[in-house]
Amino acid sequence: MKAVILGATKGMGRALARQAAARGDSLFLLGRNLADLERSAADCSAHHPNNVEVGHAPCDLGDPDGFEAALDAAERALGEFDTVVVTAGLFGTQEELEADPGRLRDMLTVNFAHTVLFCEAARRRLMKREGGVLCVFSSVAGDRGRKPVVLYGASKAGLSAYLEGLDHRYRGQGLVTVCVKPGFVRTGMTEGLQPPPFAGEPAAVATRVLKAIDRRSPLVYAPGIWRWVMTVIRFLPRFVMRKVGF
Amino acid sequence: MVLRSASMDTPSVTPKALAKTEQALKTAENDEQSLIGGWGRVMVPGREVRDENLERLTADAVLCRGLGRSYGDSSLPPPGVPAVAGTTLADRVLSFDPESLVLRAEAGLSLRALLRVFFPKGYFVPVTPGTTFVTLGGMVASDVHGKNHHCAGTFGEHVRALKMRVADGRIVECSPEVHADLFWATIGGMGLTGHILEVEFTMVKIPSPWIYMESERVPNVDAYMSGLAQAAEAFPMTMGWIDVLSSGDKLGRGILMRGRWAEPGEAPEHFPEPKSRPGVPFVFPQFALNPLSVKLFNEAYYRKPLASGVIHPEPFFWPLDAIHDWNRIYGPRGFTQYQCVLPKSAGTDAARRFLELLSSLGGASFLCVIKDCGAEGRGLLSFPMDGISIALDIPVRDDTQALVDKLNEHVIADGGRIYLTKDNYTRPEHFAAMEPRLEAFMEVRKRWDPELRFRSAQSVRIFGDPVG
Repeated sequence: MKAVILGATKGMGRALARQAAARGDSLFLLGRNLADLERSAADCSAHHPNNVEVGHAPCDLGDPDGFEAALDAAERALGEFDTVVVTAGLFGTQEELEADPGRLRDMLTVNFAHTVLFCEAARRRLMKREGGVLCVFSSVAGDRGRKPVVLYGASKAGLSAYLEGLDHRYRGQGLVTVCVKPGFVRTGMTEGLQPPPFAGEPAAVATRVLKAIDRRSPLVYAPGIWRWVMTVIRFLPRFVMRKVGF
Repeated sequence: MVLRSASMDTPSVTPKALAKTEQALKTAENDEQSLIGGWGRVMVPGREVRDENLERLTADAVLCRGLGRSYGDSSLPPPGVPAVAGTTLADRVLSFDPESLVLRAEAGLSLRALLRVFFPKGYFVPVTPGTTFVTLGGMVASDVHGKNHHCAGTFGEHVRALKMRVADGRIVECSPEVHADLFWATIGGMGLTGHILEVEFTMVKIPSPWIYMESERVPNVDAYMSGLAQAAEAFPMTMGWIDVLSSGDKLGRGILMRGRWAEPGEAPEHFPEPKSRPGVPFVFPQFALNPLSVKLFNEAYYRKPLASGVIHPEPFFWPLDAIHDWNRIYGPRGFTQYQCVLPKSAGTDAARRFLELLSSLGGASFLCVIKDCGAEGRGLLSFPMDGISIALDIPVRDDTQALVDKLNEHVIADGGRIYLTKDNYTRPEHFAAMEPRLEAFMEVRKRWDPELRFRSAQSVRIFGDPVG
């Protein structure tokens, strides 16, 4: 696999990049902070069986004008890449986002509008060749409107709908879309929150996502138990959802 | 993704019950109520805050904590300080040069993760402690030693440089050449000289990932000690286990093990697959560990068939890593480990006298490990010294403090010292009596941190650091 990863410096993206490197995949990392990218590129290279160098370029989901240049850089380094992974995104608790409209606007714009714009840019490039895999991290928070994640969940609901539609529309033409819906995973993003039951670890999520990419599964919950948890939650009547706290 | 409720599986809760749950969660998040403990599971109020960016995380931190494998209170916040900085999310390898074997990584990288990458490529750490669940920062702060101490020294001997955040807020690089005082105070300095952000050290190349081992049953402690000395001459790695409950001329009977890396010709060609790890699913009740069960365990362990020849490296280096959460067998009150080193000057009967004292005090231990150590390292508080190291696990009981006091008095009389990484009970006057280097350590510490910003529960207890 020749993969471009946006968000590889942190959390699940870091774990995924590392495992992909360890099995010998060629990688190109995109992210906001150049110094951080350099460190992650060195880390991936150390994990690679032949220590091949891993390239990187700046790319900020807050700045859509830079998307094409970032993908150009990836193409120069990898040649024709066949996989694009997006793990980047913004997060805030419901209370934080309600209290700060500026932060709310950034979160909604980055997690939905700009992520879709990045995916479209990636889609056009992948479809110029025989297709490939577009793997994007959404969230279980988008599966049902819920009290603690009204705003964050809304951004991820939109993203999940886009990814599902994309898979329906283009799979026949070779573009496979993998929508990842992580539950609570112990990363820097969720640090300080009370972990619920079934909290996952980034490395286990990464293993599961790599397998989903290999099998070309359109949808993967991680940890796997969330698939069943969310199935139940999706069918709960509204009067229950109004009463409960999750 | 946030799911703060713990009642996912009972969706039809009443609003009243819900308010109760929310209240419970608020208290759980309250600093006063959350508890943090070392590997011995003796808990204090406090919690861990983690961040991938150590520079940001350590800006206001009092203490860093890695994987929390130190047994006592070394990784716990001082009384009145709500949190310690958890480093485990900062886990990247930053560089490795296959020519010089120099590796640099973030301090939260675990030995387990490091070996997963480098062991299959034919590289190993120069020194490994008895568990892989330690971070590089922890290995430096404890200046860990291993089965090869008589040849390789401590881990600190192989460290080339450290990147640290010091008390005035600066981030400095130190090494044996630059800021050497800070460097050698940090090697074995229990994280009290500053926050370790990055570690640079030299790896070793190994002939194969397998171990050639010989083991031998020995009838008593004198035979054990002379066997250990002989083994150290021919083998780079030695260690052994002793039955502390046997007495008379069987006192200190045990199993002696010696090993080396297997040569390519004698080792299997494939890589030793990582073993699965069954866990201890719950905390054992206190009565599970009693003199009879410990005696039966020791008897069975002594009689077990001996393994010799080419073996898997995991049970050789890290036998206890095979069982997840093994510290739960010591019951709800937890346990402590007593580890001391007795110098050569204490005489060849030092181990025998220690064991005699232990059995007269009724100290029962599953695991007593005795190993000879090489020369003292350069770290100002580095534990090992030329002599023998004795380690035993002691379940916490009402008389644990008295037991540790008596053992400490014996160790002081013999000119030995204890290992801070394992300690939860040593009194300040005892530690001062066994540590002539303490003054030099405190001098460097105060040079870099005049207000003693960096502290732990242990440094408050043993060094008299300020609280809060």
